[in-house]
Amino acid sequence: MSAAALASTAAPPSGQTAAMEKFHYDDGIVRLFVIATVFWGVVGMLAGLLAAFQLVAHQLNFDTSWLTFGRIRPVHTNAVIFAFVGNGIFAGSYYALQRLVKARLYSDKLSKIHFWGWQLIIVAAAVTFLSGITTSKEYAELEWPLDIALALIWIVYAINFFGTLKKRRERHLYVAIWFFIASIIAVALLHIVNSLAIPVSLTKSYSVFSGVQDALVQWWYGHNAVAFFLTTPYLGLMYYFIPKAVNRPVYSYRLSIVHFWSLVFLYMWAGPHHLLYTSLPNWAQTVGTAFSIMLIAPSWGGMINGLLTLRGAWDKVRTDPVLKFFVAAITFYGMATLEGPLMSLKSVNSLSHYTNWTIAHVHGGALGWNGFLTFGMLYWLVPRLWKTKLHSIKLATAHFWLGIVGIGLYVFSMWAAGIAEGLMWKAFNEEGHLVYGAWADMLPTLNPMYIVRGVGGILYLTGVIIMAVNLYKTAKTGVAEDTAAEAYPMAPAKTTGSSWHRMLEGKPLKFALLTTVAVVIGGAFEIIPSLAIESNVPSIQAVKPYTPLELEGRDIYVAEGCYNCHSQMVRPFRAETVRYGEYSKAGEFVYDHPFQFGSRRIGPDLHRIGGKYPDFWHYEHMLNPRKTSDGSIMPAYPWMYENPLDLSLTKAKLNAMRALGVPYDQAAIDGGVESAKAQAQGIAKGLSAQGLPDISNKQIVALIAYLQRLGTDIKGAH
Amino acid sequence: MEILWVLLPIALGFVLCAVVAFGWAARSGQFDDLDTPALRVLLDDGPPQGGVR
Repeated sequence: MSAAALASTAAPPSGQTAAMEKFHYDDGIVRLFVIATVFWGVVGMLAGLLAAFQLVAHQLNFDTSWLTFGRIRPVHTNAVIFAFVGNGIFAGSYYALQRLVKARLYSDKLSKIHFWGWQLIIVAAAVTFLSGITTSKEYAELEWPLDIALALIWIVYAINFFGTLKKRRERHLYVAIWFFIASIIAVALLHIVNSLAIPVSLTKSYSVFSGVQDALVQWWYGHNAVAFFLTTPYLGLMYYFIPKAVNRPVYSYRLSIVHFWSLVFLYMWAGPHHLLYTSLPNWAQTVGTAFSIMLIAPSWGGMINGLLTLRGAWDKVRTDPVLKFFVAAITFYGMATLEGPLMSLKSVNSLSHYTNWTIAHVHGGALGWNGFLTFGMLYWLVPRLWKTKLHSIKLATAHFWLGIVGIGLYVFSMWAAGIAEGLMWKAFNEEGHLVYGAWADMLPTLNPMYIVRGVGGILYLTGVIIMAVNLYKTAKTGVAEDTAAEAYPMAPAKTTGSSWHRMLEGKPLKFALLTTVAVVIGGAFEIIPSLAIESNVPSIQAVKPYTPLELEGRDIYVAEGCYNCHSQMVRPFRAETVRYGEYSKAGEFVYDHPFQFGSRRIGPDLHRIGGKYPDFWHYEHMLNPRKTSDGSIMPAYPWMYENPLDLSLTKAKLNAMRALGVPYDQAAIDGGVESAKAQAQGIAKGLSAQGLPDISNKQIVALIAYLQRLGTDIKGAH
Repeated sequence: MEILWVLLPIALGFVLCAVVAFGWAARSGQFDDLDTPALRVLLDDGPPQGGVR
């Protein structure tokens, strides 16, 4: 660094005689978030490892409700996204922000509330998911009280962040700050809209949207959660920590600004690519695909910008584990942002959707981009936060190679598994029959790949544990104290703009809050009429609301997380209509609050399961899937045969559904419990006649009623 | 698909926020100097020790 550059920043603002101000950065809160990041990383990945091996050996579900795949998987995804990456964002953004604006965080108290509030929500999330309390919206499974808590803590983060900006001593907002601002605003919007629900009890609510509309909102959220939680904040971290680690300015600051603004303008529109070939209107699918392809340009611009920041310093990558992690992370960013748009092409998607290819894609992003960027950041941060040296560079390098090999095994095995699945689903023999008519026939092909994936996960997690030890030993030799700093107060703004601009100048806080409020109010005005008017999803006369018992069964389906392995969306392909039956129509889902399209077929689609097998088959299958389907990897659900069927909320549920526009009349609601009991008696009687125990007051009867109803409404019509 | 009446305004509103924010950034001189901010980031490290690195 040239002395001249240093001098230029050290000089007092021109025409001002202000004195240098001395202050301390709040490093304590960053240290807390760093510890939480490492801790939840290990927990989240352990849950992922269990889920991975549950697909190899169904015995690992332990026949226990708390530990079945359908409940473990949301714990894994939420822990990794919101606990590991979330805490990583907070640690990195709080560290970078203070130094970028030369100011201590706005409020120590808010920082503490932010930290402990977030950790409490994570613990509550894990407990509720494991006990079957979930909305079933992927990565938004939290029930409504926790949704509200999450929104409040996020607002605390926003206030703390914008408050810090307000008292900044550096007028220019470095590009990383822009990335954080966009993330904070977008995540708040996405979370609130996608979580809109009508509560039935403290632990149960129904999405205000239904069917195709709910699916569109969910994947608008789901895609943008990837965009604004897993990508833009991490790009902010990239633009801060990589230049710091290489001690070189970013390759092109201009390009970083173009990167930011083009992502912000394009990202919001790509969500429908999660719903290609579903009942979503075709034009909406095309919009999603078009924007996905456009996203390649800014993403790759950013990737190149990150990589070229190492220009002239590539030799350091050989010796510095921090740079190894960073270079690999940017490379994975580039891979994932090319692969994603390609998977958004309908021709590719028709093969890749619902398969392990998606799993490979997201783990390239999560393990490679988010994971490695976090690890690089942690190895760089911890010695500085504790004012010491990294305990062992060797261990950090070992971590890097374990991680790389782990990701390699993971991603390649899941690519192979995904393509194999996609092809097997579509395979016809010369007589025109499905080659793999029975689902379990395909499992032996996938099993070795699941094992390789699990081994990859073990290697990756081993690396993370080595890191935890390394960082712990590093911190032990250091001291935990705040860093002293000094800076001149911010120079007054150049007043060249119009008067309203002058008013807003230097007030990004007010500015961002006002615009957000405006958007939220505008959004609310749009939501209210939309809830009141008739749906213009093509209505199908034959489609009727669920009976009270079926509704209870559906809630059990949701609680057990069946959607984690089973889709309810038959796409209009010959391979699917032959395997499952008539393809799904948008009008069939109008009473589905929430939708259950699913995103993955670990087991077969269930939209046309109704009437396919007798009740007896379902009774046997849910108790022991191996009995009816040889070689199945599905967990058994013995507790459904013991837990009593709880009808205490039935009336409240029917009322909530009616409030959402499902046409239950007063008589149907008043007689809901009686109707449920009568239908349960009917099913149980039929089963008793075949020598099975009486299940008329057990959970399983409701589930059977729901499964037997699925997709049957339009059967007569075709 | 009346849900688009919810999603489109929100997405448009977000983009509008971005347009306004961009306008503010451009007019208030955020983009006037695109060279030194990248360098300045490198200088905020550690406690001030009085010496030149």
